[in-house]
Formats: sequence, C-alpha cells, structure tokens
Amino acid sequence: MLAILEYGAGNQTSVRRALKHLRIPCVITADPATLARVEGIIFPGVGAAGQAMRALVANGAAGALRLAVERGVPLLGICLGCQILLTRSEENDTRTLDIVPGVCRRFEKDLAQEDGSLVQVPHMGWNSLRARAKSPLLEGIAHDAEFYFVHSYYVNPMSSFVIATTFYGFEFCSMYGRDGLWAVQFHPEKSGAPGLTLLRNFYSYCRESRCAQ
Amino acid sequence: MLSKRVIPCLDVRAGRLTKGIQFVGNEDIGDPVERARRYYEEGADEIIFYDITASAESRGIFLDVVERVAEQIFIPFSVGGGIATVPQMREVLLAGAEKISVNSAAVCNPRIISEGADAFGSQAIVVGMDVLKVPVCEAIPSGYEIVIYGGRKRMGMDALAWAVRCQDLGAGELCVNSIDADGTKNGYELTLTRAVVNAVSLPVIASGGAGEPRHMYEAVSAGGASAALVASIVHYGAYSIRDCKAYMARCGAKVRRLW
Repeated sequence: MLAILEYGAGNQTSVRRALKHLRIPCVITADPATLARVEGIIFPGVGAAGQAMRALVANGAAGALRLAVERGVPLLGICLGCQILLTRSEENDTRTLDIVPGVCRRFEKDLAQEDGSLVQVPHMGWNSLRARAKSPLLEGIAHDAEFYFVHSYYVNPMSSFVIATTFYGFEFCSMYGRDGLWAVQFHPEKSGAPGLTLLRNFYSYCRESRCAQ
Repeated sequence: MLSKRVIPCLDVRAGRLTKGIQFVGNEDIGDPVERARRYYEEGADEIIFYDITASAESRGIFLDVVERVAEQIFIPFSVGGGIATVPQMREVLLAGAEKISVNSAAVCNPRIISEGADAFGSQAIVVGMDVLKVPVCEAIPSGYEIVIYGGRKRMGMDALAWAVRCQDLGAGELCVNSIDADGTKNGYELTLTRAVVNAVSLPVIASGGAGEPRHMYEAVSAGGASAALVASIVHYGAYSIRDCKAYMARCGAKVRRLW
C-alpha cells in the first residue's frame, strides 16, 4: 500500500488514477500513523511553494512526512513536491522542508534551446532525461524516453543527489535522490508509458525494501 | 529541448464524438473515451475536448466523459466549451483535466482569464481564438478578426491585439484556429500562426486545416507553433497519429516517439 500525501495538491487525483490503473493500492492521507505504516509515500504537488508550505504545515502533513522519512519509509516527490523537499525556494522566498539540501530557483529568461529559439517560462511539454547516475526508478525505461513537465522553477540539490538532468536552455536537474528517497520534476502520472513504468518501479522498490526489513 | 506536440481535438456533443466542417453539419463519429484511448496509445501528446453543445443538461454527461477519459489516458488533456466561470473551471479540473480552454467567454469577459490563472496557475489556462481573415482596417490592422460563438459572431477585434491581451491577463497558451482553413484540409493558415507566435511569448497551438502530415510539419516549422491540433485528418482514419509524427520526425521536427 502506498500513501499519497494529502494537503490539497492539485494532482493528487491524477496520481491516484495512475496508481489505480497500475493496480497499486493507495490511500490519500496526512495521518502520521498511516504514513509511518505504508510501504511508500508519494508527495505530489502543483502550484506555488509558499501556499503549499502553508497547507502542509496547517494540516500537519509536513511533520508527518518528516517523521516517515526519518523512519525510512520510501518517498517519491513529484513536481512541486520535488521542489519543496529542498531547503529553500526562490518562489516567494519560501523556507521549505529541508529534507534534501538544495535550493529551488526560477528559470532565467533569454536562454536559447538547441534550435536557437528562446525558452519560454513555464517549461511546459515533453522533454527527455540525461541519466547522471543509476536508479532503480529508471529501470526498463528507454534512455531517450520523454516525460511531461510543467514548471517555472527548477531544483538545484546538492550535486551528489543528482540522478538525471534535462536541457531547457541549460541542463537543469530533473530527478534527484538516493535509495529510498527520490524526487522528479516531471509528472510521471501524465507521461504516458514511461511515467507509469517509473511509478511501478517505485512501488516495486517499496515492496522489496519492506520484505528486506 | 521540448518536443513539438500533436494534439487531437475531440468535439463532443451529448457524450458523443462529432466533427463538423467550418462549424456546421456535425455528424456522430463515435465514443470519445474509446477514441481518446486510441489516440493516447498511438502517441498523442495531449488531447483537447470541446463540449460543443455546452448546455446545462449536457454538462453532466460531458463531465462524466472527462472522468472516464482521466481514468484511461495518462497524458495531459484540456477541456473547453461553454466554460465561463471559475467554479466551472474547478469542476472540469477536478474531473481530471489539466487545462481549461476558454474562447467566447474570454472575449465577452476577459477577466475570466486572470481569475482562472490566479486560481489554478497560467499553465492551466488555454485561450482558444477563432480567427477570420478580413480586409485590413483601422480596428483590425492585422487583417485577422476575432469571431465568437462557434464562428457566428464577428467582434471587430484584432486577433493579434487580443493575443497580446490574453498573454497580459495570464493565459498560459493560445490555440489559434483559422475559420477560413478549418475543415478544408488545405493546410494551416501559416501566416496567421506565425503572426501570433511572433506577437506573444506563449506556446501557440495551430488549429484548422490539417489535411496531411506535411501540413503539421509546416505548422511547427514555418508557422513556428509549439503544437499542431488535428481533427478530421485522424478521425476518419486517413492517417494515424503515429503516421503524422513519423512524417514530422523525418522532416526534422523534434517529436516524442513512442516506446
């Protein structure tokens, strides 16, 4: 059983639908006892960092999430969830969860894509990953598979955490983490087959790590 | 780099898929959910649904279609047709859509763009524009006029000025439909597409007139669009989405391939 962290994130239903399609049991919750007990947690997110942090603190999800991570429950942050796991966000100059050291910055304007056209912010659409480290989450996914992105800020975690980068005017980090704690800037729940594979890989890891305990 | 997107457009009337030519003579061509799933499997990058009746009684049927689509396709999709208020936007987003497309309602009440962007983010707000080529005049210096109500009412508004206004109000994307080209299969109105692309810094979806994959390549190359919207070219089986994307890739466009 996976938990989707409840704090009113816009994409929590999309994530639930994708898990249902994959026949992965899940519950949407912010209850600390449940979060400590599940096999893994998905931390979704759409919108602005400041408002999301307020919601996370207000319903106790921030504390419950921190506790579950300390207990070693596997975690997958998605989009805004990926950004908020870092120390700080330039968006409304927000102090965020600080579970992974790093900051979240706004895309610069006036950067050019490979074909010379200027980048537009938000970065919205399908883009590919360049793997920088091995990850069980990317198992079985073609190296040039594309994922769906929608974001105006990008994550800059401590470099040892970077798993994949994506080019949009420059190479930014699109996936980071270590075993049992991952975050992706794109939306696996909206990225067709490769996205669904990534979610299934996360669940497989959760099952295996639970069995190993 | 971002891939150029191919976006099939499904017109839904009372829960069924229809396709009209130049906005008249709609005919029933099947189940929209079934069709959406096929396009998803063929490699559509996004899907747009329009509720073309958009009456109070059809609203419930349409929301049901949106929910059933959301359970089966795992790519972004937009919903438009008769959406004029923030609560109506929230309703379709909750049903599973990523984006709202507003058209006539935005022309009549431009504030709906900023209200929608404030409530759900600019990325969720697509402004659809139906555009007619007209003689250049003082009110319409570009020679492209905005029309509403499915092509029935001319507004005396310049399309390029409107595009810029939509951007200023917080639209995240523009879908530019040429009424002259719509349904003709003679190709997109590339001059219009390019003019809008140059006027704003938003992604532009070219719409109206695709008859063969070459037209789609033209829309994203010469036209400069971020995406090509397609309807009859794929609805009647002349080409699959995969055929279209394979052609575009051969011409040198970056498109998302299927795995």
